[in-house]
Amino acid sequence: MIGRLLLRDLALLMPGGRRGGALLPLLLFLAVAMIYPFAVGPDAPLLARTGGGVIWVAALLAAILPLDRLVAPDLEEGVFDQLAVRGVAEELAVAVRMLAHWLSFAPLLLLATLPAAALLGLEQETLRTVLLGLLAGTPGLAAIGVLIAALTASLRSGAALAGLLLIPLSVPILIFGAGALARPDGGGLAFAAAISLLLVAVTPFAAGAAIRAARES
Amino acid sequence: MQAMLAARDLACRRGERLLFRGLSLSLSPGEACHVAGPNGIGKTSLIRILAGLLRPFHGSVECRASIALLDERHALDPQVPLERALAFWSELDGSGAPLMEAHRERLGLAELADVPVRYLSTGQRKRAALARLLGQRAPVWLLDEPLNGLDTAGTELVETLIAEHRAAGGTCVVASHQPIRLAEVMRLEIADFAA
Repeated sequence: MIGRLLLRDLALLMPGGRRGGALLPLLLFLAVAMIYPFAVGPDAPLLARTGGGVIWVAALLAAILPLDRLVAPDLEEGVFDQLAVRGVAEELAVAVRMLAHWLSFAPLLLLATLPAAALLGLEQETLRTVLLGLLAGTPGLAAIGVLIAALTASLRSGAALAGLLLIPLSVPILIFGAGALARPDGGGLAFAAAISLLLVAVTPFAAGAAIRAARES
Repeated sequence: MQAMLAARDLACRRGERLLFRGLSLSLSPGEACHVAGPNGIGKTSLIRILAGLLRPFHGSVECRASIALLDERHALDPQVPLERALAFWSELDGSGAPLMEAHRERLGLAELADVPVRYLSTGQRKRAALARLLGQRAPVWLLDEPLNGLDTAGTELVETLIAEHRAAGGTCVVASHQPIRLAEVMRLEIADFAA
């Protein structure tokens, strides 16, 4: 059953998928890496120093771009209701959705980090830290996306609240993930991974409760 | 005989309004109940309480068998061809493709297997949702306005399907403001329980 849920979610969310899950997040990610050097000017040391952080911000944007497609359409169509009647808990449905969301953007994004790093003139060592950090952090970013989508799905002015929710949720992971670039040891990466893990663990329960609460409204 | 679906002393509150209270219901295999009343009186809320999707303000629901729900939201992915959209649910329910094909045929959807759900008309979507309901093979049917959008032939088909379901030992709660011809049906006017 989990496999069937995952297959449907992937078909909806993957690039070229049916819910318009286009390559947009990836293109946006590359576009940021491409435009940033133009914006700050041709200062190679500055680019190399700040480029890692820019990649992190771009990754966060890519993770929240499909926000309105993650939960709201299924809530409106009654898919969660039909799953609940069949005894499938909202928590499970959300956990599967989170995995599908991660698969739909993270692997491609890690690949796209290579050309992005070249565009920003990052050093080998920095690139390695960025890649490891993104590997640890993207599950957390996927969790943030699903969590915000579930919390705002039944609200009319959800988009405004989504922007507000994003800041406190994403700041810790960015501080440690991007902060790892400035530290020689792996402490930042470990912290980013820990926060990522926490978000992944909490999201199914919080988002599941949000979906149930949406039924009462 | 033991009741398949039993509700005791239900009350439902939406916002600040108490919709109904003191509503009890007990259905054994083969029995059916027609929940009637004007718009906004709480028919949908009652169906959702029975389905376990809404918590009653007071009272309890006991159900001894699996539930199939048909309401205004068909849970069929709009961009997906009808056959695939139904297949997602029938695979979850463990109904094979030949069975679903027979259901589609019966409901007049045989020609529409490759058409994306969003191109279907209101009535065709309702028929598709009925195919999903049949594929679920659940003994308890909760139908919320099953006749909406259906033509005369579709209405008769729903009445036949409910009769067959009851003959096979199933039970059925139909919420509808439209008249529906069902044999030996228990009629429940929600207005009688209005707070």
